[in-house]
Amino acid sequence: MSGFWGHYTYFVTVFLMVAGLYILIARGNLLKKLIGLSVFQTSVYLLYIAPGKLVGATAPILADGYAVYSNPLPHVLILTAIVVGVATLALGLAIAVRIRDAYGTIEEDEILERDRSEPDADAEPLARPERS
Amino acid sequence: MPSILEHAPALQVVLPLAAAPLIVLVRSAAFAWAAASAVSYASLAIAVLLALRVAEGGAISYAIGSWQPPIGIEYRVDALSAFMLVAVSLTAALVAPHARRIVSAEVAADRVYLLYAMYCLCLAGLLGMAITGDAFNLFVFLEISSLAMYVLIALGPRRRALLAAFQYMLLGTVGATFYVIGVGFLYLMTGTLNLVDMAERLQAVEDLRPVLAALAFITVGIGLKLALFPLHQWLPNAYAFSPSMASTFIAATATKVSVYVLLRYYFMVFDPAALFDRLPTRELFLALSVAAMVTASLVAVFEQDVKRLFAYSSVAQIGYITLGIGVDNVDSLTGSIAHLLNHGVTKGAIFALLGGVALRSAGGAMSVQSLAGLGARMPLTALGLVIAGLSLIGVPGTAGFVTKWYLVIGAIDAGLWWVVAAILASSLIAAVYVWRVVEIAYLRPAPAGGRREEAPLSMLVGALGLVALSVYFGLETSFSVGGAREAAELLLGAQP
Amino acid sequence: MKDDIILRVAAKIVMPFMLLFGLYVQFHGDFGPGGGFQAGVIAAAAIVFYGLIFGLDAARRLVPDRLVEALVALGVLIYAGVGIAGLLLGGAYLDYFVLDAHDTVHGQHRGIFWVEAGVGITVSAVMLKLFYMFAGRGQKE
Repeated sequence: MSGFWGHYTYFVTVFLMVAGLYILIARGNLLKKLIGLSVFQTSVYLLYIAPGKLVGATAPILADGYAVYSNPLPHVLILTAIVVGVATLALGLAIAVRIRDAYGTIEEDEILERDRSEPDADAEPLARPERS
Repeated sequence: MPSILEHAPALQVVLPLAAAPLIVLVRSAAFAWAAASAVSYASLAIAVLLALRVAEGGAISYAIGSWQPPIGIEYRVDALSAFMLVAVSLTAALVAPHARRIVSAEVAADRVYLLYAMYCLCLAGLLGMAITGDAFNLFVFLEISSLAMYVLIALGPRRRALLAAFQYMLLGTVGATFYVIGVGFLYLMTGTLNLVDMAERLQAVEDLRPVLAALAFITVGIGLKLALFPLHQWLPNAYAFSPSMASTFIAATATKVSVYVLLRYYFMVFDPAALFDRLPTRELFLALSVAAMVTASLVAVFEQDVKRLFAYSSVAQIGYITLGIGVDNVDSLTGSIAHLLNHGVTKGAIFALLGGVALRSAGGAMSVQSLAGLGARMPLTALGLVIAGLSLIGVPGTAGFVTKWYLVIGAIDAGLWWVVAAILASSLIAAVYVWRVVEIAYLRPAPAGGRREEAPLSMLVGALGLVALSVYFGLETSFSVGGAREAAELLLGAQP
Repeated sequence: MKDDIILRVAAKIVMPFMLLFGLYVQFHGDFGPGGGFQAGVIAAAAIVFYGLIFGLDAARRLVPDRLVEALVALGVLIYAGVGIAGLLLGGAYLDYFVLDAHDTVHGQHRGIFWVEAGVGITVSAVMLKLFYMFAGRGQKE
């Protein structure tokens, strides 16, 4: 389809982008912020891959009978971006777990409250996680 | 061997990148420190080599994998990237080899080798950002350095480091993703990811709306990374709570390399297509820079934690750097680019000296009051803080003065007298918070029972070396200004 | 879960196929969807599956912690090694053309093979390490 509704992939992209950013900003729970970040990054994958696909095109095969190729480069780029996203998510979860050890909560407002009321409580070493 | 030297652009990034898994394999803290130091020195040697070659022969292009650009990824060393490489590796060479004592004091013993591995990855990422000529490769290195930085900050001794690292991670990843969105739009419109090729093709693009959107996304994305006011919220906590070695290294290099990325995009990709006239980017940068310079300095005056004080000072100094983009002539850009180096050594010196103070003070808490009597307890450290503080203010004879001189000349040339007034006003406010630190260090008596014990020699050598550089680059400006001027001329001359 | 005989028997039958599928995805990346990252995740999923059914300690005996950490670093070093091999053989960094003295296409094939092997090793080790660290938190000895 063509025209305004032919660009439906961009609508989905924008919706995911804005939804992800909203979750990241509006939610105080650290895990929910991470989920918002993931949704936001997913929209970017869609932004790259959707325009690379040509209607009626195949994978890039060098043989007779295959004339129109979809662009393989965005797939490679997004593979890299997905790996970066996974690494970020893993790091975020690890830090969230350590925050829970140190503060007992993962709600951002409670953490800030605890920092305000016990400013020197952390002059001692951090809670050491079990060696795992 | 000449054949190895011609691969210098690749080795610049590969040496730190390969050192990190080696450090993880060997697991010993001593080996980790030795490898990180060796890699820092080697990076400096390679960066100086590349700068010399570029100065005599022009830009160097290195095709990774022997796939020629624009199909392959290209490492491109020109006047601007050579300057950046030297600035980053110079700081690295003066930080890593001297940080052994403070790292073992602040980080748990079984994690010291991990800190050095993260440091090597961060160094590789920053050097890669400066040297690559491919837009997506830049994102990869950006995220390598950023992820390593989040880990470095989270290794801080206090629990507040964790939340600081988490918030920096959220904002930093949003920034990097915005950058990727911008690159996506540019790729959609030009079909290429090579920066040189993109600049050429951009001039032929007719529908400019996606390109302007790309400009906006890249500005905000990189703005988050370089702590452009008002996107600086992550910086004070991140600098204040990270381990001393990490805050020294990050404060001196991370935001500067992001500024380099912005400069490269603005002047070498977007400017040839005359995009600045369609969006009020210059006015925006002027306004935000002046806001940063004045308000961040004001906040620093009232700040109680000494590391956060200097972190807000960094936000103000980054305002000076972005001011050059707003004024947009050769002199102001020379000042901006020179400040990438000058502020790097100045802030690096201050945080390195504060690391010495943290080592010798009980509990490691770093309020401004805890600096009382520093002049008697740690005379060399206090003297270093004074000199570096003078460089922050911009007293003649220091590197900071050189920067402000060129910024003021550039502003006068452009007829922006209010900018000149803002520079002078923020320098005066900087004098206020530097005087606060000096007054407490020299004019307050030390707390009872404080011994006179200077920082260990290994740390002092590195920190005072950075202090000496902040004076050296104020007096002998052939590299700092000469290199910056060449880079500025390259940037402004990129228009057809 | 290891007391349930159905799960135990089913796991022992399915796990080799998971590993085999991981290997298949690893080496067919140039012909179909696949490559190092996906294969690493599938291989790690097989070990995680084993750990879920037979317990974390059993998985740790199968693939010890030290080995996992060493594999993380080893994969990156293999990747860098391929790049440096290209350097030493006379090409640029990560040059695959020179990896075979006679046939540049075969050189490309070799380069991609080893690079993806490095990626697969690192990714599976990282995923497994993440599982060990997160799953090991609930158990206080």
